[in-house]
Amino acid sequence: MIRSRQVTAIASTILVCSMAIAALLLRKVDQAPPAATLQQMLYISSPKLLKRLCLGYEGLLADIYWTRTVQYFGGKHRQGGGTYKLLWPLLNITTQLDPHLIPAYEFGGTFLIAKQPEGAGDPGKAIKLVQYGTQMNPNDWHLFYDLAFIYYDEKDYRHAADAFLRGSQLPNAHPFLKIMAAQMAQHGGDLKTARMMWSATYQTSHDKMIQANAAAHLMAIQVDEDVPALEELVQTYRDRTGHFPQTFSEMVSSGFMGGIPLDPLRHPYRLEAGGRVVVSDPDDLPFLDEGLPRGYVAQAVPKLSPAN
Amino acid sequence: MRAIEILGLEKIYNAGFWRKRSKRALRPLNLAVEDGEIFGFLGPNGAGKTTTLKILMGLVFPTGGSARILGMELDDPRMKAQIGFLPEQPYFYDHVTARELLRYYGQLSGVDPKQLSRKVDAALEQVKLSGSANVQLRKLSKGMLQRAGIAQAILHDPKVVFLDEPMSGLDPMGRREVRNLIEELKADGKTVFFSTHILSDAEALCDRVAIINQGELRGVGAVAELTASVHGKVEIVWHSIAIPAGIRSMGAECHSAGDTTRVILPEENQDAALEALRREHLRLISVVPVRTSLEDYFVAQLGTSAKSEAVSSRT
Amino acid sequence: MNARILHIATNTFREAVRDRVLYNLIAFALLMSAAAVLVGQISIQIEKLVVINLGLTAVSLFGIVIAIFIGIGLVSKEIDKRTLYTVLSRPVRRWEFIAGKFLGLAGTLVVNTFFMAIGVFAALAYVSHHLESPDLGVLVALYFIVLQFVIITALALFFSSFSTPIFSAIFAFWLFVIGNFAQDLRNFAAMAHGTARLLAIGAAYLVPNFSALNVISQVAHGEPVPHRLILLNTAYVLVYSAAVLSGAVLIFERRNLK
Repeated sequence: MIRSRQVTAIASTILVCSMAIAALLLRKVDQAPPAATLQQMLYISSPKLLKRLCLGYEGLLADIYWTRTVQYFGGKHRQGGGTYKLLWPLLNITTQLDPHLIPAYEFGGTFLIAKQPEGAGDPGKAIKLVQYGTQMNPNDWHLFYDLAFIYYDEKDYRHAADAFLRGSQLPNAHPFLKIMAAQMAQHGGDLKTARMMWSATYQTSHDKMIQANAAAHLMAIQVDEDVPALEELVQTYRDRTGHFPQTFSEMVSSGFMGGIPLDPLRHPYRLEAGGRVVVSDPDDLPFLDEGLPRGYVAQAVPKLSPAN
Repeated sequence: MRAIEILGLEKIYNAGFWRKRSKRALRPLNLAVEDGEIFGFLGPNGAGKTTTLKILMGLVFPTGGSARILGMELDDPRMKAQIGFLPEQPYFYDHVTARELLRYYGQLSGVDPKQLSRKVDAALEQVKLSGSANVQLRKLSKGMLQRAGIAQAILHDPKVVFLDEPMSGLDPMGRREVRNLIEELKADGKTVFFSTHILSDAEALCDRVAIINQGELRGVGAVAELTASVHGKVEIVWHSIAIPAGIRSMGAECHSAGDTTRVILPEENQDAALEALRREHLRLISVVPVRTSLEDYFVAQLGTSAKSEAVSSRT
Repeated sequence: MNARILHIATNTFREAVRDRVLYNLIAFALLMSAAAVLVGQISIQIEKLVVINLGLTAVSLFGIVIAIFIGIGLVSKEIDKRTLYTVLSRPVRRWEFIAGKFLGLAGTLVVNTFFMAIGVFAALAYVSHHLESPDLGVLVALYFIVLQFVIITALALFFSSFSTPIFSAIFAFWLFVIGNFAQDLRNFAAMAHGTARLLAIGAAYLVPNFSALNVISQVAHGEPVPHRLILLNTAYVLVYSAAVLSGAVLIFERRNLK
């Protein structure tokens, strides 16, 4: 029948066109500015309510929220960082739904204390999170490590040492906990302590982002050690020659140094006027205390390059 | 022993949301069915036939009275093993085949597992469903479903078979087959109790019938007895198209064709009619008694309102 | 007597299977396969946890949906379709019918869960490359899920014996929801006073306790389930279901089947 053939043709055309237009529209919706999307909102922010709503399936919901947390943080980080407003609520919900989700505490401990724009910059919440973790998982030494780390970052060496001590007393505790307890008590502010802490984090964590973060810190420590040593060398040169060298090549050609000194990224250090040693690319090396060029302002997002 | 004995069976339904409206589906009913007879239970729709059957099957509980089948109570499993039931317009499980259905019902009826296959095949054979035994029931036509229904009712060799409207939805061939089947059942010595509103079937098959209307029994007896109780009719044919005044005043309908006229009158008016013809000198051709049918009895008992509900028997 | 119940159960099972209920296994298999493969790629350190959580949650939800969808029609469908008349006109007692229907559906769910269990373990083996003894906890969780099904089936059958499918579904679903709050009801009862307290206590014990039967999260973390709990839960479910089924029988025995 001609009629039904017409109907078939028209219906098929509408079907194909509508699907194509719908797909295009969806892409436009995705590309809308982040503020416009609803991803940034938590419809239900109360963990207690969520727990009720999930009818006994908290484990799965916790996993879903954990995945969301990681995606949220990673996504925001790639886009340039920010305040990570939702990091704490997401982690709170995750751990309330499943208090035994250990990776969440480690993640929270690291990125809640990290200063903005790299992390949420909220050490109080970090402590709250990890302390809750130690209550719910009293036999897991990892959490005491995480707690100690937070205190260390806050330069509260006494509490850090205390946490290390408590952790070291647990079954199967890693031996370095005891070592760190002693180290922290004696030499809390030392770079050597810092290096031990970040190495331990790098080695024990399975999370790639945490590892990258630790690696970046280790490199910064390296620089923080290199720069004063190099500046001392420069000072010695000045004492010997009576003037500050312009470049390191000068020092090399005059036999003062074996070669151009390289930073952990294999880029050469540079000299500024007045004997200041600086790194060539400060944007690539976050967390530096030393070696920053005069007048340098930190960029928004430190790049966390994969660990080497 | 009587096959079925019904004593004062009564059913009152409380309808409505607050269960205040009461509806009498069955007034106290007294009925007896003898062993080995084919008994017809007649009445218009809504008369109470299905209610009675459901009470006998234990699906509905009576508000009064009692009944016995084969001398046993209605909830006695021993009795249930010896009866078969075909409900009205039966429908069966969608995804089961006829053979599987019969096996299932056979198992529930307590048929000996060793005999089960044989009996299933025999039943399928008897209702002429052997060819479609392994087809899923949802694919069978209505007539075939009806036959499957009869098969499950007779599979376990029951002594009494209850059929609710067994001819419904069947074409003339199907109805003939079911009629033959019912006669075969009687030949096997079974008692058959079936309800119907198709009077010609009852007339042809039944030894005795009962007529029920609005929950009340209106007549029981052999077909011949019942029809005989209705006043007979005669058909008078004469040679003329003129209608005598005497006949015309009786108000009967006359039909003229060619040069003859015929009229059907109650028997009691026969003499007066013949007298009227003789006075007009009209030549008589024939005077023939007309056999009364069950429908006549039915109508006489139930009145014209009931007739419009009952299916015409002239099919 | 027992043979008839078994025959009714077998018939119920067969109807469910031919009604393609087992096709849900295909959807389940697809879900588990996708999850097992994807979870490794988003690399969130908790692959095994997710597989167990997701797998067991899916088994539970699929099964409850099936239990309710088929359960609500168990009796009402037979009445509507009048298949019940030919069954009850035979030497089958009404309570045997209820028992047979219950066993048939429960059996269907056990078989369904068995196949799903294979799927869960397969996904688990794929993700963690070997199975350890704590993974046997998954079997306990599955057993508890089956116990949940038993209660839901009994409830659905109970409602089906006197109510229409829609209402049966609503009631059964709500009892499942409230059953998960059983613990909260008891807490509320402890805090309330007067009539509210009595009502809460009544509700807390009347409602099936599903929260005790949910050990998915526990098992996902490899924590063992105490034997005592297994025994107690089994006994509770058997007794509770017996009560519900008795209620169904009581109602059904008296029902006029129009």
